[in-house]
Amino acid sequence: MGPIIPIYEISQELNFLLAFVIGIGFGFALEQAGFSSSRKLAGMFYGYDTTVLKVFFTAAIVAMVGILFLNYFEMMDMSIVYVNEYYIDSAIIGGVIMGIGFIIGGFCPGTSVCAAAIGKLDALAYLGGSLIGIFLFGETYPLWKDIYMQNYLGGIKLSTTLGLSDGLMVLLVIVAAVVMFWVGEWAEKRFRRPDITKNL
Amino acid sequence: MNPYLAGIILGLVLLLSFYLTGRGLGASGAMKSVVVTTIESVAHTKAEESGFYAKYIDEGEHPMNNWLVFQVLGVVVGGFLSGALSGRLSIKTEHTPNITKRRRIIMAVLGGALFGFGSQFGRGCTSGAALSGMATLSLAGFVTMIAIFGTAYLFAYFFRKNWI
Repeated sequence: MGPIIPIYEISQELNFLLAFVIGIGFGFALEQAGFSSSRKLAGMFYGYDTTVLKVFFTAAIVAMVGILFLNYFEMMDMSIVYVNEYYIDSAIIGGVIMGIGFIIGGFCPGTSVCAAAIGKLDALAYLGGSLIGIFLFGETYPLWKDIYMQNYLGGIKLSTTLGLSDGLMVLLVIVAAVVMFWVGEWAEKRFRRPDITKNL
Repeated sequence: MNPYLAGIILGLVLLLSFYLTGRGLGASGAMKSVVVTTIESVAHTKAEESGFYAKYIDEGEHPMNNWLVFQVLGVVVGGFLSGALSGRLSIKTEHTPNITKRRRIIMAVLGGALFGFGSQFGRGCTSGAALSGMATLSLAGFVTMIAIFGTAYLFAYFFRKNWI
């Protein structure tokens, strides 16, 4: 029965070893996907390279379907699984700030770690920048505290909000993703930049 | 690697993380631990009094002793191994010929700072909030994902010189 670590009392050493091993898989998958290149990542927003869309949604669907089946076969105690808590204002404001950071910096935190690991200096600079950003949030926290905490809806699911079953919700996400993949493939032909993609 | 195949591998790693820990993957959380640890060691009282830092230093537990910190150390190793296998290890600054190396570095620091700030505001980044959040069908995950990618699309036109 999963999740393993919270149910069976696993020693902290083994716990951190597992974290390290999962991290290796995470970093390997990101780098193999080509996420160690900021120009490839940014390509998503100009249509010449939609790898981000393909990798991101494929990964989300695989995990979604997996969790759905683990739950269905009673192999996972869903009451222990963390569902992100929804604070309407902070999720939107935070997301908008991250979006601007993405198009300016060309990375997100995870991909910058991965790119820095293969020697990209711009990724290292980005990493330094993110530490500064987190520090600035910590220093100015009293200013944002009210907005940060308001309109709390708890660990609510999209399926619950729409009044759908989880299974149907996953199916709809898959259909939406297939349509987006099709648009992505079309965009890559339409906005092709061989001068950029061949170097990546 | 084929992006769909890479996506399947990433999805399986994410699923394994849920099966083992009940939580998904993360990145900005580990960076927050680095910041909190630094603040705590240089200004201990200040950290304990601050509403933001104090949340992460409860009961004398060391913030570096964090699951995500070990996971992100793994990302460094995994990324390096993949780069080595595919012959992509090299020290360089990647940028378009239209901009200077210096401008690229400044933009990277600026973008990183905004993303870091936003990740705290939004309680997680692309990994912890958007991807892991979507895997559990959480509303927060979908909203954060749409906000991040939607905003990046809206602003893409103004920063096109940096990329194409």
